[in-house]
Amino acid sequence: MKFDTPSAENPTDRLRVVGQPVDRIDGPLKTTGRAPYAYEHHDGFTGGFADGLARPAYGHVLGAGIARGRIRSFDAEAARRAPGVLAVISADNAGPLGQGPRNTAKLLGGPRIEHYHQAIALVVAESFEQARAAARLIRVEYAREAGEFDLAKVRDSGRAPQDEPDRRLGDFAAAFAASAVRIDAVYRTPDQSHAMMEPHASMAAWDGDRLTLWTSNQMIAWGRADLAKTLGIRPEQIRLLSPYIGGGFGGKLFVRADAVLAALGARAIGRPVKVMLARPLVFNNTTHRPATIQRIRIGATADGHIHAIAHESWCGNLPGGSAETATQQTQLLYAGAHRLSALRLATLDLPEGNAMRAPGEAPGLMALEIAIDELAEKLGLDPVELRIRNDTPVDPHDPQRRFSQRQLVECLRTGAARFGWAQRNPVPGRTRAGRWLLGHGVAAAFRNNLVMKSGARVRLGRDARVTVETDMTDIGTGSYTVIAQTAAEMLGVPLAQVDVRLGDSDFPVSAGSGGQWGGNCSTAGVYAACMRLREQIAQRLGFRDAAAVRFADGEVQAGGRVAPLADAVRDSELLAEDSIEFAGLDRKYQQSTFGAHFVEVGVDAATGETRVRRMLAVCAAGRILNPKTARSQVIGAMTMGVGAALSEALHVDPRLGCFVNHDLAGYEVPVHADIPHQEVIFLDGADPVSSPMKAKGVGELGLCGVAAAIANAVYNATGVRVRDYPLTLDKLLGQMPAPG
Amino acid sequence: MDDCLHLKITRRRLLIASAVSASAAALPSLSGAASRDAPQTAAAPVQQRVRLRINGEVHSLELDTRTTLLDALREHLQLTGTKKGCDHGQCGACTVLLDGRRINACLTLAVMHEGAELTTIEGLGTPGRLHPMQAAFVKHDAFQCGYCTPGQICSALGMLDELRAGQPSHVSADLEAAPTLSADEIRERMSGNLCRCGAYSNLVEAITEAAGSRA
Repeated sequence: MKFDTPSAENPTDRLRVVGQPVDRIDGPLKTTGRAPYAYEHHDGFTGGFADGLARPAYGHVLGAGIARGRIRSFDAEAARRAPGVLAVISADNAGPLGQGPRNTAKLLGGPRIEHYHQAIALVVAESFEQARAAARLIRVEYAREAGEFDLAKVRDSGRAPQDEPDRRLGDFAAAFAASAVRIDAVYRTPDQSHAMMEPHASMAAWDGDRLTLWTSNQMIAWGRADLAKTLGIRPEQIRLLSPYIGGGFGGKLFVRADAVLAALGARAIGRPVKVMLARPLVFNNTTHRPATIQRIRIGATADGHIHAIAHESWCGNLPGGSAETATQQTQLLYAGAHRLSALRLATLDLPEGNAMRAPGEAPGLMALEIAIDELAEKLGLDPVELRIRNDTPVDPHDPQRRFSQRQLVECLRTGAARFGWAQRNPVPGRTRAGRWLLGHGVAAAFRNNLVMKSGARVRLGRDARVTVETDMTDIGTGSYTVIAQTAAEMLGVPLAQVDVRLGDSDFPVSAGSGGQWGGNCSTAGVYAACMRLREQIAQRLGFRDAAAVRFADGEVQAGGRVAPLADAVRDSELLAEDSIEFAGLDRKYQQSTFGAHFVEVGVDAATGETRVRRMLAVCAAGRILNPKTARSQVIGAMTMGVGAALSEALHVDPRLGCFVNHDLAGYEVPVHADIPHQEVIFLDGADPVSSPMKAKGVGELGLCGVAAAIANAVYNATGVRVRDYPLTLDKLLGQMPAPG
Repeated sequence: MDDCLHLKITRRRLLIASAVSASAAALPSLSGAASRDAPQTAAAPVQQRVRLRINGEVHSLELDTRTTLLDALREHLQLTGTKKGCDHGQCGACTVLLDGRRINACLTLAVMHEGAELTTIEGLGTPGRLHPMQAAFVKHDAFQCGYCTPGQICSALGMLDELRAGQPSHVSADLEAAPTLSADEIRERMSGNLCRCGAYSNLVEAITEAAGSRA
């Protein structure tokens, strides 16, 4: 199905199932421990493990002990002789390996080492304990080479990425110089880790030259293609399965070492092998969100209209790696006639930087939304009002191009009223509750709505049960549930009559889980397949005009005639497959999602410890397919934003070139005690331009702006403006008002 | 308060100890040569028999003595509802109830628990017949990816028993008085169970409701 004109009224508009806050259909499996994740497919439990396969052996990954250089000698003899060891795989014996286009560094290093903890060996043994112990017997001598690990040091060597050239409008320099009120500040965001709860894990089994890989991956088709390229086989030789994923956040968008090494290990021993990355390996071996240094300059008129705005950002990555696109939202969020945005990418020899939830926007808004707060203060204007005053209905760089929907102002106004923003004291450091300095902060949320082709197959079985199959994944986002809701709505059956099967490369290729496009696009693909199936059903039941047929309550109706849906499959089942293909509307209209975050913090007047006391998000993201699961996406993102604001940072050891705090004790994600009750409001508003589902993404929007709202609240509480995330107490102490 | 005095070691203390030792072990060597000080040969693994009563059923296992309780459950008994998130006591995904008390199954060796009674997530309810805590998790959407969920559920049940037994926490205002089932108490006592999807706000609601239904 081509989607090239805004969607008219369609069967999903009934909202009998779609748009309802139904419980997750995978909830009973997950809460009882019966949902099988990548490392857990075995006999007799879920029936997940293929017939006739031997018990899997265990692989343990050894990571490089240097950041850059060469392996001078690699001695695995003792490991090979160790009890239970079946094989040691390394670059010496793995044979030639290709590299998928989505990987920057090789997934099996050696002799060249490109980053710290790059995998250099897999020890395969009968037991996990044996594999782990034997890996310690491998002796590696390295020839270490100097590398660059300090972004501040290399930033000036950065170049504009080819696909992200500088964007200019008007004459920024002159307009900025002539502005009545100016701010010019530099902000820093640190390297961050996805830190999903399930480490990367895979189990591989070969049958001749065909590979079955159970893994934990957000993008089945990408994974299959890149794994095939790496192993030097055809994608058709691989079946990739990823039905349950213990969190991803972008960290599982790409095939990683666990998948490649499990496949190599299984091939070497002629038996299935499973590999889970040890937690301390995850942080340096896999990808992370790269650090940024950002300079923002804004010039405004005395009455608060932005006249000139410039956002420049510096970041680093391995050679061939991509840039953290932290300036993108600034091109679209606020009005202003004179504009400049520029990215600079330098070479760093740290582990590979790549997408983490809301790549670009998350760190970009961490900076921009503090800058707006600073401008508001300088203008003596309320920060909500300043944002409203600078709203733009069009793409500032291309005024012919309108937003399909733009509800930033409504988000801000709704949030301000609900939060009690009017009661905030705009003078910093003046609100006190016992030992706590109280502060209130606001920030805008903004994230584009991306659309990707997505396919699905829908079967109406002889028992009238509906089965949906697509290679879409559910990484906690609620895909199982919103897909079931879509099929139930389209075919007029109860939700319980729908089975959803996901994450299998044997199924039609979907949009996958990334860039907050998954929910809208994958359900639109299911919509397309259901439209096909409706035609077949109508034809079977003798209805002439399929378009006029209504599907409801297990019946098919048109022209006064009613037929039970089950009659269509009395003799044989029906199967339909289609995909949604987006053609043009995303270029004609700017499609974006909007929000506003309001936060109250308390900062301990003596210790500088910050506690978040209240959080409210107002989101506008088209039709909300399931308010319960969508709300969970947003509160989860708000929680990640608390981490980004207050505690999360990968700390670089500049001698060793690694992230030194590479476990969950050193990399501090928020815990229960850090998070207050969170409130989320979704604004109504189906967007017919986005897809037939009229939905947009929400999972990344929820993160955008959160950290800045907290930083602004901390400023309001203390009068200390911190522009260097995270806002740990050492950055506040010393500048705080004397405790009294 | 009596029960409290019998505690040999608190969960918090256990977590702190493990975090320190794990960080130390994870630091790379400055020499650039890995495992220079590692032993050059490996002895055959020592096997030992252990009997565990798990979810009411007795299992007798012959295990490598290095096998954690977590891997005994997951790899030897295929009870994979108990999750491995960090394997060294930092995340809580492997929380099970050992003789009624919550414990990180990754931080203890299976052979240390001869005759012990274990409850894992599989022993609480089934998809068709959920335990009230599991049902409350589904109703309040107290999870997303589901990977920390079994540990959260086991931890919540253990935590409620600790609360009922009168054990105070860091946020208890009065160490002598019976602690109350407040949101702050739940948040503090559940802080050993990480949820990166960030379902904390919903988790508090689910646990509060399930605690009420059991009271």
